[in-house]
Amino acid sequence: MPGADAVSVGLAVEEWQAVRLSLEVASRSVLVSLLPAIAIAWVLARRRFPGRMLLDALVHLPLVVPPVVVGWALLMLFGVQGPIGAPLHAWFGVRLVFTTEGAALATAVMSFPLIVRAVRLGIEHVDPGLEAAARTLGAGPIDRFLTVTLPLMSPGILAGAVTAFAAGLGEFGAVITFASNIPGETQTLPLAIYSATQTPGGEAMAARLALISFVLAMAGLLLAEVIARRMHLLLGRGA
Amino acid sequence: MPEVALRHRFGREGFRLDCAFGAPAVGVTTLFGPSGCGKSTVLSGIAGLLRPQEGRVVLDGAVLLDTASGICVAAERRRCGMVFQDARLFPHLSVAGNLRYGLRRAPRDAAGPGFDEVVALLGIGYLLERRPAGLSGGERQRVALGRALLSRPRILLMDEPLAALDAARRAEVLPFLARLCDAARLPILYVTHALDEVDALADHLVLMDHGRVVAEGPVEALAARSDLALLSGRRDAGVLLPCTVRAAEPGALARLAFAGGELRTTLHPGPPGTRLRVRLRARDVAVAVEEPRGISTSNILAATVAEIRAAGEPSEVFVHLAVGPSLLLARITRDSAERLALRPGLPVWALVKAVTFDHRVARTAAG
Repeated sequence: MPGADAVSVGLAVEEWQAVRLSLEVASRSVLVSLLPAIAIAWVLARRRFPGRMLLDALVHLPLVVPPVVVGWALLMLFGVQGPIGAPLHAWFGVRLVFTTEGAALATAVMSFPLIVRAVRLGIEHVDPGLEAAARTLGAGPIDRFLTVTLPLMSPGILAGAVTAFAAGLGEFGAVITFASNIPGETQTLPLAIYSATQTPGGEAMAARLALISFVLAMAGLLLAEVIARRMHLLLGRGA
Repeated sequence: MPEVALRHRFGREGFRLDCAFGAPAVGVTTLFGPSGCGKSTVLSGIAGLLRPQEGRVVLDGAVLLDTASGICVAAERRRCGMVFQDARLFPHLSVAGNLRYGLRRAPRDAAGPGFDEVVALLGIGYLLERRPAGLSGGERQRVALGRALLSRPRILLMDEPLAALDAARRAEVLPFLARLCDAARLPILYVTHALDEVDALADHLVLMDHGRVVAEGPVEALAARSDLALLSGRRDAGVLLPCTVRAAEPGALARLAFAGGELRTTLHPGPPGTRLRVRLRARDVAVAVEEPRGISTSNILAATVAEIRAAGEPSEVFVHLAVGPSLLLARITRDSAERLALRPGLPVWALVKAVTFDHRVARTAAG
């Protein structure tokens, strides 16, 4: 993918860097949030407990709070002086602020509600009657989650992952607040576009990068659609 | 011998289930009753999908539930093979994958028919590679039967397995179901509200209404009781006679022997020696006090009036007729009974037309 193609599209090194970084940050954010998102979606869809509404609201918070506020909150929590950031730094030497990992974390938090929503929809499509049937056939709780629930909710998981990935490519406010705008470290596509528009004579670069984000987003959505159809066929529901 | 006692109340003023019954260790016990009488809830309680407030379930010597001593075995360890009305095949697995799902999880030492045997029994060999979405309703239900049987269960629980199928599909699945009931050396609990399924499959009958057991016993004995409104109130009320085909020549009426006599019928159930059960509807049996002559009716049986009981309709009565050791029911008007001065002990003639046996029986009566 890199190298020759990038040159033919006419990308400068730092532009290519922004594209690569965006892809990296978006994938890492999905990897980080997928398992907790599946767990929380399952709890929200299948369990009734006090505080469920509160958990539901908390998960959805990043959708409604300004991204800058999310970034600021992460800064407070994960900053080198923060209640989570300080021990991380002291014990493991891990610093999240102003790093690629930090950008991925900010992106993960922002796209978390998108994954949870999609996965939850996927779970709600799974007929509990099938799980009951698996029980009568001798499958214990973990066994039937892995062999019945998980495969049947996989279209939801996939849809969530792809949507979160596509949205993660474009995360701006939380990333710039928490991880700053460092070329090669945290300057993802939208941040690079923003910088280009702030630079005299950067219009052409901004346009090229904008076109790339558009193409990436479209490719992501089309891919999601194709995979969803395949999965539905595989699960015998028809497309 | 399975032993079931369950008590459960849904909500404060909701439906109350309070029932107890036994079932033979081998053979089909049918839970029969109107919709909403709690039949399916009983199966859920046995399978462990519902935890009743009070109850005791013993299968094959194993206590699966005993609320008095705090025992409640998890559903996945009860080994109750369940067949649901809606089949519930796993859509992401092939037919073979569905069939093997329970087999893989069965205890190693559990005995039961093998994969190939069950596939042959249910005639589903041509479906093995297919996905459930591509199957007809009847095929799905056959696969579901196989999947439950292959899980090597202690008991088979069938929750109206034919109720979601149209008449043609029911006719397709019923013979397979009957074969399975004969081949599985297991207790089978079969929930239904269709009397023809009772006739075709049941050895033992548990009548349920409003969450309670109204009566239980061998199916022929219960069918002959005119005091059970659930059965006698139906248009097709009547006795079930175990018969053996004595002669069946093409073009002639078949002759069926039963204890105490012989019936001629237009049915062709099979070669001589075939055993079957015939439903003789009470409204198809007429009574005469003198031997009729010059009459088209093929079956004229010497009988004795055993009992006369009120029917649901005030203008009608059930006449219990003893023909040898067998019992027939005739549903006639109260007016006729008085005109003929019918009374217990009176010798009479029971008239049954040869064309009235419309209840064929798929399963050779057990035993």
